[in-house]
Amino acid sequence: MTESAHSESPEQAAYRAHCKAWLAGNLPPRPSFRLPLGPLEIATEEQLEYLCAWQKAAYSAGLVGCDYPGEYGGGGLRDCQRIANHELKAAGAPFFPNIVGLGMAAPTIVHHGTEAQKRRLLPPLLAAEEIWCQGFSEPGAGSDLANVQTFAERDGEGWRVRGHKVWTTLAHFATWMILLCRTDRGRKYEGMTYFVAPVRAGVGKGLTIRPLVKMTGELGFNEVLFDDYPIGDDLRLDEVGRGWQVAMTTLLHERGAGSLVTPSSGGGVGDDNAATLGASGLVELAKRCHRAGKPASDDPRLRDAIVEMLIRERAFAQNERRAAVRALTDHPLRLPLQHKLTLSELLQDTARLACEIEGAAATLHQTDAHAPAAGRWPHAYMNSYGFTIAAGSNEVQRNILGERVLGLAKSK
Amino acid sequence: MTRPHDFGFDETAQILKDTARRLLQDHCSPEQLHRLVAASSEPARASECVWDEALWRKMLDLGWTAVAVPEALGGFGMGLVAIAGLVEEVGRAAAPSPLIATLCATYVAAACDSDAARQLLRRIAAGLSVSLAITDRRGSWEAGDCDVTASDAGVLNGTAWFVQDARKVGVLLVKARSSRGVGLYAVDVDAAGVTIVPDAIVDLTRDQAHVELRDVAVPAERVIVSPGDGARALAAAEPAILTILAADMVGAAEWQLQTTAEYARTRVQFERPIGFFQAVKHPLVDMMVKIDAARSLLYDAACAFDHEPGAAEVGARMAKSAASDAASYCSGRSVQLHGGIGFTWECFVHLWFKRQKHNEVLFGDAAHQRARLADRLLGRIGETA
Repeated sequence: MTESAHSESPEQAAYRAHCKAWLAGNLPPRPSFRLPLGPLEIATEEQLEYLCAWQKAAYSAGLVGCDYPGEYGGGGLRDCQRIANHELKAAGAPFFPNIVGLGMAAPTIVHHGTEAQKRRLLPPLLAAEEIWCQGFSEPGAGSDLANVQTFAERDGEGWRVRGHKVWTTLAHFATWMILLCRTDRGRKYEGMTYFVAPVRAGVGKGLTIRPLVKMTGELGFNEVLFDDYPIGDDLRLDEVGRGWQVAMTTLLHERGAGSLVTPSSGGGVGDDNAATLGASGLVELAKRCHRAGKPASDDPRLRDAIVEMLIRERAFAQNERRAAVRALTDHPLRLPLQHKLTLSELLQDTARLACEIEGAAATLHQTDAHAPAAGRWPHAYMNSYGFTIAAGSNEVQRNILGERVLGLAKSK
Repeated sequence: MTRPHDFGFDETAQILKDTARRLLQDHCSPEQLHRLVAASSEPARASECVWDEALWRKMLDLGWTAVAVPEALGGFGMGLVAIAGLVEEVGRAAAPSPLIATLCATYVAAACDSDAARQLLRRIAAGLSVSLAITDRRGSWEAGDCDVTASDAGVLNGTAWFVQDARKVGVLLVKARSSRGVGLYAVDVDAAGVTIVPDAIVDLTRDQAHVELRDVAVPAERVIVSPGDGARALAAAEPAILTILAADMVGAAEWQLQTTAEYARTRVQFERPIGFFQAVKHPLVDMMVKIDAARSLLYDAACAFDHEPGAAEVGARMAKSAASDAASYCSGRSVQLHGGIGFTWECFVHLWFKRQKHNEVLFGDAAHQRARLADRLLGRIGETA
């Protein structure tokens, strides 16, 4: 099935043609090592180098940050990133590793940064020369993000930071961190200030990174400890006390509802790609697995459940399509704010159903030679909880949707 | 053929939808609807046929029976995407009328290549209302399941069941079996030998009947599809029928969501509007999520019907499945979250609850659609390995 370039401007049509042509000849060769399933699972330097080289190549060809102004390293186009994303996904390109930078830091810097900050920070971010991580969550500030206690205290011309951030993806590879700090203990929402903090350069100088081990046994998350860590005032984003407003810009983009479309490839990496772990993968799996001596695909209850997942998968894609049709959307945030909620639950339910289809074989770890689909499904099922919890747990997402779209009283 | 990224929902479709919204707000508000169809809570009400014929004439003045008829036959020739937008508004208002029955019949007639079908479509464009009489006593509309027979001379005998809005329409499109297969026949409701026997139904916003046919002679110029070609025409129209029903459910579910959200914003318990409590807030969000999935699949299905017929059946079954599930969930929550008042006759939510329950099962509920999809997407049971 094809989708026409129905309402595209000449600029967009030319840009789509450019993307197609470049992608046809410039996808990177498959590496000899195993690639991670997504940016959250990047574990080794060689994985990072491969993926950064790919993002840089795509950036040089104009496929990353094309809607950003040219003076900040962007392409200076309008409403073209979604076209690049579509073509990247269609080409089965690898994902971009600088996910926090592209999805969260860059749009926040565009909206709240000074001219000097934009010129310094954005070009190497888009080119994946500098990796970004996010310092928002703390042991006592997860879903209740406004409760952050990491404190930035005035110290002459600059600041000194003391506190404890958790769930910091990519921190061990990061050059920069977006950092939400408290600067006034007397006020909750007005008592926060937003910084960009050097990470790699600060290790051993008041900044410590400690890896967290996930339930799958993998690394990926970190704790970051600040012990009177010095930060210059030129690294503060927006005014003192405006940290919450800046963080909302970040979160809006993280949830897919911001004004700037995040450069994204859709995350294909050969046979480990998202399609294999999508609902369509369930059909082939059910034909290969058995239940009571018959193909699992003959079991009426599993058939019903598989088709339900296929319907939800298609609905998700069609939501994305409808979100771009103004006449068929009521509230402008209604579909964008559902994005993370519906996608994470779709992936989780798909993985759970896959384990059910596998039956006894779902007990096998991915290191076991007999595990079906290389043990990806039980692994994906565990990892799916990272997605339903991260970026504002789905319980918080439902609060936000209820309050911002349906106008219900704030739960807090 | 390519599918337009915007589903092909153009300015004309927008005007049709906006006009429908305004007309129904003015003439079929929840208060007006409740006064009209729920004036009495007597059990005998279940077999009544109550509707606003003045409103129907306004719909005819706006040409709503003509929207799906090809321009060459006096209609507006609009796509199913535009029709879906219109029907969403009809569902939102839960408006009683023969419009949905007529639109469904229009797509069946449009799938028949005959002078009789073209003549019927011209009359529909001019304001004739029609309903399909194609279902058997057990509730099956599959082509071969039929309790009406046709003689070689075109004389019909038997009973058609579950005929929608039978007492509001002028003509029935009757499916009948003969030695040569299934055909479709246009029969006037007041023709000799036709008896419309009302069913007592739960839904107050429509009527339903079984139609007894005794020696009903159908002249050749009223044979819409000759015996043997009926199954193909019905199969070709089925995606449109499923899409229209999904549109009605999506529109009705949006009313259920907005009405229940409004109640949660204003009803105070424990010193707070009840929407503050996550036990109320989260199900309301889940209603929205299910509606949006169904609505996106609805326009996808309609667009496929208009632009990519090969994908129409899968799209329509997905839309009907998602819409039936959304209708079921939203109906349940709309009553539950209104609390005690939601359980009463005076509260409006039961009107939509009952309409949704009726829509959910027409032409197959969600599980039925998924079973048919499974046959297509996984292969039939026993043939999948």
